[in-house]
Order: sequence, then structure tokens, then C-alpha cells
Amino acid sequence: MTALELLTWARGPGLSIALAVCAFGILLRLFEIFGLGRKADLSRPRDHSPGSGWRTIVSRSLPPPGMVKQAPVTYIGGYVFHLGFAITLFFFVPHIELVRGLTGLSWPGLPTQLIDIAAVAGLLALIAVLASRLSNPVKRFLSGFQDYLAWLLTFLPLATGYLAFHHLLIDYTLALALHVLSVELLLVALPFTKLFHTVSVFVSRWYNGDIFGRKGVAS
Amino acid sequence: MSATFERGYNAFKEILDAPIASFFSSCVHCGLCAEACLFYTETGDPKYTPIHKLEPLRRAWQQEYTLLGKLAKLVGLAKPVTDAELAEWSPLVYDACTLCGRCSMVCPVGNDIAYMVRKMREGMTAAGHAPEGLVTATKRAIQSGSPAGVKWATVEATIKRVQKEFGFEVPVNRENADYLVLMSSWEILNYPEYLGAVGRILNRAGATWTLAQDAYEATNSGIQIGASDLARELVGRIVGAAERLKVKCVISPECGHAYSAIRWEGPNLMGRPFGFEVKHILEVLDDLRRAGKLKLKGTLDQPLTYHDPCQISRRGGVYEQPRTLLNQLAPQFREMHETGTMNWCCGGGGGVSANERAEPLRLTSFKRKKAQIEELGVKTLVTACANCRVVMEEALEHYHMDIEMLGLTELVAEHLDEEDKHV
Repeated sequence: MTALELLTWARGPGLSIALAVCAFGILLRLFEIFGLGRKADLSRPRDHSPGSGWRTIVSRSLPPPGMVKQAPVTYIGGYVFHLGFAITLFFFVPHIELVRGLTGLSWPGLPTQLIDIAAVAGLLALIAVLASRLSNPVKRFLSGFQDYLAWLLTFLPLATGYLAFHHLLIDYTLALALHVLSVELLLVALPFTKLFHTVSVFVSRWYNGDIFGRKGVAS
Repeated sequence: MSATFERGYNAFKEILDAPIASFFSSCVHCGLCAEACLFYTETGDPKYTPIHKLEPLRRAWQQEYTLLGKLAKLVGLAKPVTDAELAEWSPLVYDACTLCGRCSMVCPVGNDIAYMVRKMREGMTAAGHAPEGLVTATKRAIQSGSPAGVKWATVEATIKRVQKEFGFEVPVNRENADYLVLMSSWEILNYPEYLGAVGRILNRAGATWTLAQDAYEATNSGIQIGASDLARELVGRIVGAAERLKVKCVISPECGHAYSAIRWEGPNLMGRPFGFEVKHILEVLDDLRRAGKLKLKGTLDQPLTYHDPCQISRRGGVYEQPRTLLNQLAPQFREMHETGTMNWCCGGGGGVSANERAEPLRLTSFKRKKAQIEELGVKTLVTACANCRVVMEEALEHYHMDIEMLGLTELVAEHLDEEDKHV
């Protein structure tokens, strides 16, 4: 199989399979969560509350006072990675073109210099959080195979994308094929690993905010 | 029914719900919950990371309620939860968690870890892995009405002391009163001034109130140990008395978990909403103040600070009321650095103070509160939970700290303006 054939498969059947597995997986996991249900809370909620589920979905993106100082690498590394990854994913013009080709939706992209900065920042942040996971006693203690796998699956699309874009190290066609394949691996793994937090974070934050909010606490 | 591993595991399956499934699904092992937990910050031991305390419950969820987990179990790839493992986890779930919920405020994906630990304890108790101290306290509560074994005769003695000291009659079993006043064992035994204070304040406000002979104890060991059937029995006594006496409102005393037990868990344990209100004494004080029925005079002119009981502030929503009162009464009221809904626990909540096994760890974890007090340099510490008070008084003694502790209700009563009193 040549690099071009690999790329053609990755962009065609490969992408369809990955998207289908990802979509099915997300639906299954959401069904697994919501299928468990929750008992209605019969206690009388407070009349007014500064908190709610919806509020916490947004507010939990900000660190509580004093926490950044306590865990700077986790917070700063986490922000830089998530922002770098999101900017690269959603605002790189070829990515928008791909979405437009699939769905007809499109939005303005960002200049490639900015995307380049975002991608490099994302990669460096990922390396920093990995170093922190290996050296911080708590994170090292909590981490298992899945944590490192999830890291690798996130690192690869950014790294291969960067190589392809800059025509570095490997042939462009091969680099692009590997890039698309790495994204597909990420999509397939997303529902079944901790990467599922991309979706479930909205659910867990909502429950947290709802539980605290009815007691009159903004969480 | 005797405790067995099967009962415990079944209880795990029973308590697992959509919020818990979403919490486990979202955890990215970032470790930030550890930074929010005084058992980790004061020991530096990663095993005290809050989410780790739930590991057996997480695997039960994965193996029972996810497709991949079920498949892994089927082909023998999943590590089963064992009785030995639950025994190993008992100190993590009971000694090293006060259900303070600080981690639940910090987790970036929004996991309410305290909610999960509270539920996990149901399985731990059913499996027979609750600590001895809590088991004994719960048995005593069921048998005698109080975890400390306080009987009505003791309450009567307290009533007599209060009547003699303050010269008013303490109403008992009075129907149609505005308020049913409850106490915790600590208040009956150690701080009888609480009853005196509440009585003076309510009388001055012109409110009617009563004690109930069959429901004087507000604390609920069933909640702390994680035995909903026993918690229901204990809450049921209060609900029964409140309904029989047709009171408008039940006042939860200066006790953190008692408030959670009656106000938030109560209706769920009973399976129906209450026809009466449940308020913490600080909420009642604030209501009276707003209605112009709490007239105060004079101030306490010394630097002091307020310790937020976790179940009252972070887990209960009562954090503004004490500040309003203190700002009025104490010109030199100073806030700790991390306070209100982000306060640090005293180290003895959630049943830890009733668990002798946990004592060395509890004293170690107090170092956080110690540092907070020392940073402010105050010599007076006000709180609104008798359990926090006992735990902190003991720890202050242990660390040779010369700090006076006060209950807020008592402080308010001492500053009641009784000049134009007409009785």
C-alpha cells in the first residue's frame, strides 16, 4: 500500500468507520449514564440560589481562588493544551474545509501563523503535563495505562499535523495519512476512555451545580 | 441482617446513579482533588487523594454498568472488587474523609466526590467495614435516642439548669408552637448554654417554641456511617414529633451534619416532602433580625474569626447569615484566608470525631486550621457547630494553642437588648 492509497483509505472508509464508532460510542455511553437515572430530590430547594447546573458548566472552567498557585502546571498546562488543541482543531482552514465538505457548515479560520503558535503551544503543554504526571506523586499514583494511552492519542494528531504542515521529517502524503489515521484513533477511543470527558464534562458539571445550587451554593 | 460482602456489593449497585456514572466517566486523574483535601495536604500521602477513596465503587460501576466493563468481566480481564479490598479502603472512606465537599468545589470536571463517598459508605456498612466507633454510636442512637447515650433524664437536668439560670420556663411537648428546638448530644452534655441562648432569643422575639420529649436529639449517626434505614429511623423520630406537635418549623441546632440529615436528606429518607420548615439556628436568627425581632446591643471588642462548619456553609448554603450577625456584633471580625464555601474543615466532620481509630489522622489534619488561625493572629474562634467546636477545642489543647471558642448563638444571646422587655 502506498502513502497515497493509505491517505485515500483514511479519508474515505477510515473516516466513516471512525466517525460511526465515535457517534455510536458516545450515544452508548450517554445511555449508560442516563439509564441509571436519579431519584427525585424531595427536599425543598432554596428559593434563590447563586448556583445552578448551567452556571457550573461555565463557571467550573475557572479555577477556585488560590488553586492555580497550588497546582500551576496542572492548571496552566491544562489551559494551554485545551486552548491550543481547540484552536488548531476548529480554526485551521483545511479543518473547516473538511467540515464544510462533510456537512456544508463553515466559519472563518485563523491565519496559519496563529494556528502554528497554537499547535506548538498545545504540544509543549502536553509534554509539560506528561512530565508532571510522571513526577507529581499524586498524578503518578493515580495514573494507569489508560492515562498514558489517552495522552498519546491526543499528542499524535497534533504532532503529525505539525509535521505534515511543515513538511518535516517524513513525506507529506504519508504525514497527512498518519495525521488522519491518528485522528481516527482518537475518535474511536474517545467514548471508551477518559477522553470521554469531552462529552461527559457537561453532564458531571451540571449535576454538581444542580446539587450545590439547590442548597444555595454557587459551585 | 448481618453484614456480608454480597450485601455491600449489592448496596454499591443500588446507590450507583446517573450523577455518579457521569462523575466517574469524567475523571481525568488530574489530581486537583488532592490539593483541596486536608488529609492529603497535611500528610502528603497520595493515597488520600479524594477520587482514589472511591476506587472500589468505580470498578463496581464499570463492571456492572458499562458495556466494556461487563465484557472485561466476562472474559476475566476485570479486577473484581473483593471483601479484603473493602476492608483496606475502610480507613480511606471513614477516617480520611469528613464529607466536607471541598474537593467537590475544586474538581475541574465537576465531580461531587463527597456525594459519592456518602453513598459509598452505604455499601461499606452493609459489608461490615464501618469503623467500630461509628457502629457503637449508631447502635446507641437507635437504642437510647442519642449517639452519646444521652437520655431524656439528662435533658431534663439541662432544662432545670437553664430554667434556674435564666428564669424562664422551657416548654416541652407544646402543640402548635412556631419552633421545635432540637439539640445535639454535645449541646446537652457540654454546652447547655445553647438551650439557654435559644430560649432567650426566641422568647425575646415573641416566638413560641418547644422541646419534644421523644425527639430532642438532632444528630444522625445513620447518615455518617452510611445506613439509610437507620438514618430514616432517626429522622423519623423528629418528623413524627414535629407533625404530632404541629410545629411550623424545626430548628436544627449548632451541628453540621444534623442540618444535612434533617434539611436535605430528611425528606428523601422519609420518601415525602415535609409539611413544616427545617432551618438551621443561624437562618432563624437571620429571619428574626430581618423581621426586626432580634435587637442587639453592645459589641465584642476583640479580634475574632469565624469557622464555617462545612455542612452548614458549603453543603448547606448558610454562609451569609453568620457574617451579617458577626459584622454587627464584632467590629474586629476577621475572615480567614479561605473561608465561606471554600473553608477548610476542622478535620472531625462526617463521623470522624466518633471514630477513635481516626484520632491521630484527625489531629494531623487540624494543622491546616491551625495555620489559618495563626495567620490571623486572633485569640477567639466563633463557630456554629458543636462538633466542630469539640473537635477544635481538643486539637487546640493538643497543639497548646490559647484560643477561646464560642458558639455564635450564645454570642448573639449575650448581646440581646432586653431593656424594653415586657413580659
